[in-house]
Amino acid sequence: MGSRASTLLRDEEIEEIKKETGFSHSQITRLYSRFTSLDKGENGTLCREDFQRIPELAINPLGDRIINTFFPEGEDQVNFRGFMRTLAHFRPIDDHEKNKDPNVSEPLNSRNNKLLFAFRLYDLDKDDKISRDELLQVLRMMVGVNISDDQLGSIADRTIQEADQDGDSSISFTEFIKVLEKVDVEQKMSIRFLH
Amino acid sequence: MGFFLFPFDSLICILLGISFTVWFTLLLVFIIVPAIFGVSLGIRKLYMKTLLKIFKWATLRIERGAKEKNHLLYKPYTNGIIAKEPMSLEEEIKEIRGSGSSKDLSSPEFEMSDIFYFCRKGVESIMDDEVTKRFSPEELESWNLLTRSNYNFQHISLRLTVLWGLGLLIRYCFLLPLRVTLAFTGVGLLVVGTTMVGILPNGRFKNFLSEKVHLMCYRICVRALTAIITYHDSENKPKNGGICVANHTSPIDVIILASDGCYAMVGQVHGGLMGIIQRSMVKACPHIWFERSEVKDRNLVAKRLSDHVEDKTKLPILIFPEGTCINNTSVMMFKKGSFEIGTTMYPVAIKYDPRFGDAFWNSSKFGMVSYLLRMMSSWAIVCSVWYLPPVTREEGEDAVQFANRVKSAIARQGGLVDLLWDGGLKREKVKGTFKEEQQKLYSKMLVGNPEDRSRS
Repeated sequence: MGSRASTLLRDEEIEEIKKETGFSHSQITRLYSRFTSLDKGENGTLCREDFQRIPELAINPLGDRIINTFFPEGEDQVNFRGFMRTLAHFRPIDDHEKNKDPNVSEPLNSRNNKLLFAFRLYDLDKDDKISRDELLQVLRMMVGVNISDDQLGSIADRTIQEADQDGDSSISFTEFIKVLEKVDVEQKMSIRFLH
Repeated sequence: MGFFLFPFDSLICILLGISFTVWFTLLLVFIIVPAIFGVSLGIRKLYMKTLLKIFKWATLRIERGAKEKNHLLYKPYTNGIIAKEPMSLEEEIKEIRGSGSSKDLSSPEFEMSDIFYFCRKGVESIMDDEVTKRFSPEELESWNLLTRSNYNFQHISLRLTVLWGLGLLIRYCFLLPLRVTLAFTGVGLLVVGTTMVGILPNGRFKNFLSEKVHLMCYRICVRALTAIITYHDSENKPKNGGICVANHTSPIDVIILASDGCYAMVGQVHGGLMGIIQRSMVKACPHIWFERSEVKDRNLVAKRLSDHVEDKTKLPILIFPEGTCINNTSVMMFKKGSFEIGTTMYPVAIKYDPRFGDAFWNSSKFGMVSYLLRMMSSWAIVCSVWYLPPVTREEGEDAVQFANRVKSAIARQGGLVDLLWDGGLKREKVKGTFKEEQQKLYSKMLVGNPEDRSRS
């Protein structure tokens, strides 16, 4: 029938999401419209098939890993709040948020949380460490059949060697942050809205 | 009790009789007779102007009402809601690496920050992608008094609600029965007319009559939808022995094109009413109808099409290479089959004005009958048709490149987005080859050019 954006999402809900994620009112209604258009089953939640129906996501080599980040442990459905919470990681960092009071909880789109999002894409078993195997698996997803096992293995070894500081042959989150400390995370892991 | 009703009964009968006669006379004089002669009385254009004024007023009223109540309005934007970088995979990843690493950028290697590229691209496509929004009706910026296309409809003012109610009444109680009558008249005349012409022996007189009958009936159908069509560049109209290709939004496209020229239709044989229409049409002039089993055989299809175009006495073929209905904001991949035949192609661009009624047929949501009812109960169908100059395949161009060239020309003329994606994605999953392409591109960044290595 066409999306009925602000009529189905109550003002209180919009306020709560605004506080939690920092998106503006119009951005939230626009993303809600997107959420409902993806929700083919019309039951207020998205399942993995709903995401896989997006062609540009289906051809992304890490498409499945990205879809996984939306679903909390063991669940197969994500509602609008969960959807927004994950998308909030990609909100650009406003200037006034940069030097925040350390007592206030970290916003979802802080540099740290953006790096954590990327770290979790590598960390397949969620043990807060990227092992050689996990790195190999993710690399294999990204290159397909175009690189031999040996070459890929040596790439993985080299990467871990450079990043690993405590000698446990795996990359922890702190080591991950150190490797990427000069990368412009704020810009490269942010999506800007046009309005 | 009965005695009281008796004199009123006959009065009611007389009134009904008079109103029916008046109704049919009006219909005949103002609609059917002009259709037969291809003349327009200008009633529809006046109607369109009046409607536009009312829509503008309605939208202003909603905006004013929303401001008073301090509601925030939902405004749709068809150009996308997020800013996307038009850089290639290579350029973007180099940029990401460049900001963090002091190493030499020209040598191929892996960086952990590469994942940011795929991550962001993936989430961008979740927020807003180019394909899925083409399979649902376009969102309008002003309201056209149809609740089916409105997002902010709450009780804003009494006047607006009354106007909407009046609109509902006019559309369903006056326009819809009028249009349904016209539709039946048009289709009926088509079947009867073509069958009668079919009795004649083949020759120029038969072709002439068949042309007249087809045009007349399609014009009546055009009025049955209150379609207000503007044709541009009619000097480029398709000629015999050519193939006319157009972008596809709905089955109405056929009626729109066929009311301005004669075409040979291509399609699958149907049963029921469609089948009757198809069988009678083919008696008057040769159309190409395929059995269901023949559709899969691409060689057979190509042979029949090329046989038809070689015979210069036969009408130009009308084909929609997208293969499915798209929502008229973009043109999707053209299937190369008709471009392999090697004859002159006549591209046509059709653009509907969505303010009056959305013509897009979402075949996964609505069946044909409910779609036609929706069409007949909207205000009008307003569209523009551009006949583009004829094109032929150039030296060294293969069918796919030719198809893409024609597609770009149509997209440019109609103001539509030119997409490489297949319209079949409406129902099917995307092919794995696209993902492999991405993976190949990325591998080059890790290990350099694979042509340097020997491949078995």
